[in-house]
Amino acid sequence: MGGLSTLPAFEPIVGRYFTLNVAGDACRIYVEEAGSGIPLVCLHTAGADCRQYRHLMNDPAITDHYRVIAFDLPWHGKSTPPAGWRDREYRLTTDLYIETVRAFCRALQLPRPVVMGCSMGGRVVLHLALNHPDEFRTVIALEGADRLEPYYELDWLHRPDIHGGEVCAAFVSGQVAPQSPDEHRWETLWMYMQGGPGVFKGDLYFYWFDGHFDDRSPRIDTTRCPVYLLSGEYDSSCTPERTQATASRIRGAKAIVMPGIGHFPMSENPALFRTHILPVLDEIRRVSPPSGPARPRA
Amino acid sequence: MTPSLYKIRERVNGNAALVRHGRDVSLAFLLGVGDQDYVVTIERGRVTAVEPRRLATMTGRFTIRAAKPAWEEFWKPVPKRDHHDLFSMLAAGIAKIDGDLLPLMQNLQYFKDVLATPRWEG
Repeated sequence: MGGLSTLPAFEPIVGRYFTLNVAGDACRIYVEEAGSGIPLVCLHTAGADCRQYRHLMNDPAITDHYRVIAFDLPWHGKSTPPAGWRDREYRLTTDLYIETVRAFCRALQLPRPVVMGCSMGGRVVLHLALNHPDEFRTVIALEGADRLEPYYELDWLHRPDIHGGEVCAAFVSGQVAPQSPDEHRWETLWMYMQGGPGVFKGDLYFYWFDGHFDDRSPRIDTTRCPVYLLSGEYDSSCTPERTQATASRIRGAKAIVMPGIGHFPMSENPALFRTHILPVLDEIRRVSPPSGPARPRA
Repeated sequence: MTPSLYKIRERVNGNAALVRHGRDVSLAFLLGVGDQDYVVTIERGRVTAVEPRRLATMTGRFTIRAAKPAWEEFWKPVPKRDHHDLFSMLAAGIAKIDGDLLPLMQNLQYFKDVLATPRWEG
């Protein structure tokens, strides 16, 4: 010991908190970001948090051109549930999720951001493209489809005789591709083990029951808000077939199936995922955003 | 017996971390490979027996069944999609589970790992 010490090599990610008003609740939100340029808002999967995007935020090939912003939804990660949560059953709905993302983008005064979400985040971005195309430059749905079929009962995820964190992680562990590195597999699952009681279950209400909209997805106008769909080969819920079916219903949508990847591309295999997402981000950057109404100042 | 089944007992018991994950598991369950059921008996995380179900009264707390080709694919080092995980097999309609699912859910990752041990190298 002794002598001059050097500071650790900090990552470029900076995290902060603020209070976001959503649907009548004041929610303390945790947000982190890195980079500068086109705002790229990233939405985490059900029952997880924004740490899933840490690899993108540490990638200069992305952060040289994009201001990458990820936040924990209320009830998730380091964002707290609203006051009075103890007497509520958490249940995410389509309307609440849409409003949360829009309120977040308004609060940060983001000028028509690109929004990228995974799983339930990949589902909600399609709702955003449908209902609010002029507020978003482009949407990227990772493991997102307009229709899914549940394959297990959600009650297993929140009951006193089963450890919630362990069972949530174990339910989704097979959603990581067998080829993905163990280090990233188990980090991805650790986030599931840390979720609050009943939160993953409440998210899946949106993902599996409230979010279907294959009857309306053909109305998405990709000339106003372009749509990308990227799904992993090993995803058991948003399968490649469901992704292709969704793309076939959305005229102009671009679909990519990622071989050797599962349901968590950005966190389970970041090196492989970047080979798929970098060309998409480059393309978005090269194409001028469709014209839209007046937008908030940055 | 399917050769891969022979490996389960030795590989589970030879992996201290996996045995520790299953430290609260003491039960028997049925593993169905095609038309043949096997009784897998576990004591405190250690597999004490994997044997064909010879008598109708030999049973277990729960049952996991799939066709033989599905298990053979599942036990490959890198299985095809839909065959790489118990829940993926359930989602694809390739496997079925029955019985008292509570101990399975309470120790789900442990049981997933036990089933996958024949996939391990060695």
